[in-house]
Amino acid sequence: MGFEKFGRRSFTSQTKVAPFVDYLEKGELRGTRCKSCGKQYFPPRADCAACLSNEMEWYKIEGPGTLISFTRAGFAPTGFEEDVPYTLALVDFNGTKVFGRLEKDIPEAEVSVGMQLKVTPCTLSNGQLSYEFVK
Amino acid sequence: MPKDVAIIGVGQSTFYRGYQGSIKELAFEAFREAMQDAGIGAADIGASIVCSAPEYDSQRSPSGIIAEYLGLNPQPTFAIESVCSASTSGLRAAYALVKSGLHDVVLVLGFQKMSEISSADSQERMGRGADIMWESPFGTMMPACYAMHASAHFAKYGSTEKDLAMIRVKSTKYGAINEKAVYRKELTLEDALAAPVVTSPLKKFDCCANADGASCVIVASKDKAKEISKKPVWFMGLGAATASMTLTGRDNLYAIACAKKAAQEAYAMAGISPQDIDVAEVHDCFTIAELLAYEALGFAEPGKGVELIRDGQTYIGGKIPVNVDGGLLSKGHPIGATGGSQVRTIVMQLREEAGAMQVPGAEIGLVHNIGGVGVYGNVIILGR
Repeated sequence: MGFEKFGRRSFTSQTKVAPFVDYLEKGELRGTRCKSCGKQYFPPRADCAACLSNEMEWYKIEGPGTLISFTRAGFAPTGFEEDVPYTLALVDFNGTKVFGRLEKDIPEAEVSVGMQLKVTPCTLSNGQLSYEFVK
Repeated sequence: MPKDVAIIGVGQSTFYRGYQGSIKELAFEAFREAMQDAGIGAADIGASIVCSAPEYDSQRSPSGIIAEYLGLNPQPTFAIESVCSASTSGLRAAYALVKSGLHDVVLVLGFQKMSEISSADSQERMGRGADIMWESPFGTMMPACYAMHASAHFAKYGSTEKDLAMIRVKSTKYGAINEKAVYRKELTLEDALAAPVVTSPLKKFDCCANADGASCVIVASKDKAKEISKKPVWFMGLGAATASMTLTGRDNLYAIACAKKAAQEAYAMAGISPQDIDVAEVHDCFTIAELLAYEALGFAEPGKGVELIRDGQTYIGGKIPVNVDGGLLSKGHPIGATGGSQVRTIVMQLREEAGAMQVPGAEIGLVHNIGGVGVYGNVIILGR
């Protein structure tokens, strides 16, 4: 339990990486790193596909990152209608790629592939925890 | 590549916006046409493979009820699913079953009645096509994930919204002459560019429509094909590959890696190169997907795919005619049926039975069918 607190709308509650949400609450975005072979994962995982270990530690992801791509969504699946329009984005933080949304206040005209962004945890209007990309 | 496994029959229902019948009746439309095409009876079929995306089915375990309705008991039947590429995944299994000698004739039935569920239910399922832990909580949907590929391709190579609109214009030209297509109206470049944005940079006409439909492909061994078929079409190469479902696991978003790998495998198995392909069916669920296919399949170098559409080289008469049946954009995209419909088009091309859509003298054809946003890639090369 615990993971249901992540995102505008959560689809699952049970995962071994639920401490991700506790870190978000403390203002940190973290991925997992395999203690055995050192492979880093984001999204965080409980198991290492490279060496089969399940001994993981949490590492912090910090900016600046580079915008790989984005789209401004004009319609949404069930549960996200109120948020339209919103900009989905993929950002690279030193080789760790993170999927999420851009902060609403960034004007559309200022968004371009290659721009520098930071990531910051946030609390959504419905009380859920998430993170967003900011300038 | 020895000619030892053949396609001896193909069929497709009309693709509908909303089919007024059951999934069994929809499946039967494609089945009847394929069986009549092959000139065989139900007793000749050794096994059936039923392909659909189950989240749209009210019927649980549809292979059982469909095999029953098609009169294919007591032969074995089972389901294969890889979302939008389900029926070419089914065809890959059919090839293996025949090649192994386990069965002489295997039938692949792909179907989808997307209107089986309400549009509210459809909206609900739409968000769960991405990783439900790490992507869906942000409000993802397939058009958005393909739109992110378009933004990345634009930034990397300078391709434009106009290039994508040109792909849709080509699609509508051929959709207009395909009597089984949902979308039969020709569009101008201006129409395509003026359409409202769905998810930037993709506009309304950059996206294919949901549809109801069925397809059927009958596969046979060499001996059986020679015994019963006057016009077998032969498997020359098959390739299949996957990529991470989460976009964070991709090397980049300006190419579809699984399609490239599947194509390389298929070309190697067939012992041919992209220049040898006379006609291709590619998975154009979105206009950007067709552009990415040109590059993944080696019809153009990375970043040069736009030149093919700008020069009209993917029309009939061009260097490599692509989707001259209207593609998914005009035919509609009934998920589980799509791959089989693409295969049907290529089989008809190679038999020179494609009518107004015929590419003169086509001897080798290619099918590129992608499941999810570049998650599952199937490429199949067929020859006379």
